[in-house]
Amino acid sequence: MLSFLIRRLGQSMLVMLAVALLAFSMFRFVGDPVTNMLSQDASVEEREQLRDSLGLSEPLYVQFSTFVVQAAQGDFGISYRNQRPVSELIAERMPATLELVAVAFIISLLVGVPMGVYSALKSHSWLSHVFQTLSLVGISLPTFVTGILLILTFSVTLNWLPSFGRGEVVNIGWWSTGLLTASGLKSLILPGIMLGLFQVTLIMRLVRAEMMEVLRTDYIRFARARGLSNRAVNFGHALKNTLMPVITIIGLQLGAMIAFAIITETVFQWPGMGFLFIQAVSFVDIPVMSAYLLLVSLIFVVINIIVDMLYFLLDPRLCADRGTANSH
Amino acid sequence: MNNNKTDGGTDSGALLDVKDLRIEFPTRRGILTAIDGVSLRLNSGEILGVVGESGAGKSLTGTAITGLLERPGRIAGGEIHFNGQRIDNLPAEAMRKLRGKQIGSIFQDPLTSLNPLYSVGRQLIETIRTHTDLTPRQARARAIEMLTQVGIPAPEQRIDQYPHQFSGGMRQRVVIALALCVNPKLVIADEPTTALDVSVQAQIIELLKQLCREHGSAVMLVTHDMGVIAETCDRVAVMYAGRLVEVGPVQEVVKQARHPYTRGLMGSIPKLGDEVEHLVQIDGAMPRLSHIPKGCAFNPRCPYATARCREEKPEFAQAGQGEVACWLWDGVNPATDPDTLFAEVSQAQRAKKQMNAVRPAPKTSVQNCGQEV
Ligand SMILES: Nc1ncnc2c1ncn2[C@@H]1O[C@H](COP(=O)(O)OP(=O)(O)OP(=O)(O)O)[C@@H](O)[C@H]1O
Ligand code: SF4
Ligand SMILES: [Mg+2]
Repeated sequence: MLSFLIRRLGQSMLVMLAVALLAFSMFRFVGDPVTNMLSQDASVEEREQLRDSLGLSEPLYVQFSTFVVQAAQGDFGISYRNQRPVSELIAERMPATLELVAVAFIISLLVGVPMGVYSALKSHSWLSHVFQTLSLVGISLPTFVTGILLILTFSVTLNWLPSFGRGEVVNIGWWSTGLLTASGLKSLILPGIMLGLFQVTLIMRLVRAEMMEVLRTDYIRFARARGLSNRAVNFGHALKNTLMPVITIIGLQLGAMIAFAIITETVFQWPGMGFLFIQAVSFVDIPVMSAYLLLVSLIFVVINIIVDMLYFLLDPRLCADRGTANSH
Repeated sequence: MNNNKTDGGTDSGALLDVKDLRIEFPTRRGILTAIDGVSLRLNSGEILGVVGESGAGKSLTGTAITGLLERPGRIAGGEIHFNGQRIDNLPAEAMRKLRGKQIGSIFQDPLTSLNPLYSVGRQLIETIRTHTDLTPRQARARAIEMLTQVGIPAPEQRIDQYPHQFSGGMRQRVVIALALCVNPKLVIADEPTTALDVSVQAQIIELLKQLCREHGSAVMLVTHDMGVIAETCDRVAVMYAGRLVEVGPVQEVVKQARHPYTRGLMGSIPKLGDEVEHLVQIDGAMPRLSHIPKGCAFNPRCPYATARCREEKPEFAQAGQGEVACWLWDGVNPATDPDTLFAEVSQAQRAKKQMNAVRPAPKTSVQNCGQEV
């Protein structure tokens, strides 16, 4: 397991280096940062000075290694637009995004997994057919459309829930949370549903397909032939085997949700990293864009490693020496 | 071996009594009858072999007995009695309590029969605790005892291992332990050795036989291996196209089969005088469920088929100590020696063929079974 972990870490480093190269090259190819930072009528000396102070006159590989070293320490430079350190901007915005994604993720699991299990166990019931139809709608409807429909219904027409922003937030250290105030919680509902809806349908369909497959296996038929209760067979034997492959996809989806949050944050003007990124794009604020790119990639990579480790914990076949332990 | 048990007669004392079982699969193009009027009896402690080509309905019969028939398949007729109780119409929960406790099952493939995510011990213990009041500690002791009985070395250590840590033969031993851990009265073993390495097949069958004797369990043993049948079983039931064609004591069925299909299955027709007649192989294949011929299902492949066979379905008739469904045995003294009967029939056929040599043979019959050597 240790060698596997080390190998995975090594691979992850390579992936991150590749992404860093991409992020770094943005500075080169999307305009000249010096032009971006100085006003039109800056003198040539001023330009050269800035160029030197930014280290831009060094050879490329030196610049890149400086970039990597600084990024690894959380230093992504100064935002062109806000003239503040990018790391500060991101730290401000990250809690909003992570809370939104967490809420959406929990919604998608709490709704998607039971729906999938139900429609696998009772595949002929009318409710399963309803779920199937709904999931088709959910998968084919673009998320911004669902977002706008949600706003129209619950904010504009019924006036139950806010249509933008995070509501009141409480600061705990540098972390600002909307989970502790009523208005913060209310503000999370609509964007959480919008971001989670697609995942609900995806997880439901995935769990259903996987579980129906598992229910047909010999060991499930044998478990029934041993007279185990339906509960033990369905939730003890079948569900665990179902969730094994589902975990990978769900893990990857968590990363995807952080990326997709861009759309939700734009629709709900949610002050998260995605919104920051969209604003950065329109101002060609390269440091913010590259930092966002790196951060999202890092999150993906970390989730991937965690998923792989979960496999080790859950699947005895991957851990040859585990069975010799006396109990578990 | 129990050669003195006869079939037919009253149902008193039979552990398992399947009467006129009929299983159907409704499909878009009509109803398929997969099992058509199968009747079987099994006494306590007896080993019944079930043979027949692939698709004959052996597994389906076993599945119906354990109440595990899956939709859209359904029992469309007949009754199944177990231990004096009718079980084919039991509520699901009552049937579940019977499964495992009274009727154990062994499946074909030990590699896929065990849940890969749970240790062998956990699967044994949960089975034991489902059917008994034992505490976890007692159940574990019982599980270890079962593993010892099925010949797994160092059971105290191996009980906590996972299925992938066992070889195929060892896993089938675990499966047998799972099937027998609460002393079921009946074990349905569906090709328990087919998936195994040839070198361990005999051991597993021997183990199964010995353990069932010790536990007093009757066995319904589905297999393709006639050697296993001859060595292991008390009686044999032969199935063809969802029907039972012959059932009787193992000696009779293996050595002196009365049904032409059984004779084909057993490979050869024994000598008669100087002549040796061979039915090298049964020509043709078993019909698909949607195309089961009228009359005797075997008639297109049967060398002895007559016009009657193509029209009327043969009834079960007493023959020797068993029963057979074949028109050849209609009205024949049950004590008639099958070899004599088949010799007579073949001779009559040859005579007829010579007489009709000028006329072409009817297309439907499959000939050339009895070749003179
Ligand atoms: N779900 C199903 N739908 C339609 N037909 C089925 C279904 N399950 C089984 N059958 C049919 O029932 C017949 C009997 O199948 P069964 O599995 O009992 O055969 P078998 O004698 O056990 O063969 P084998 O030696 O290959 O195991 C086969 O013709 C099969 O096609
Ligand atoms: S009934 Fe006729 S066709 Fe069927 S096995 Fe007997 S002789 Fe052959
Ligand atoms: Mg079978």
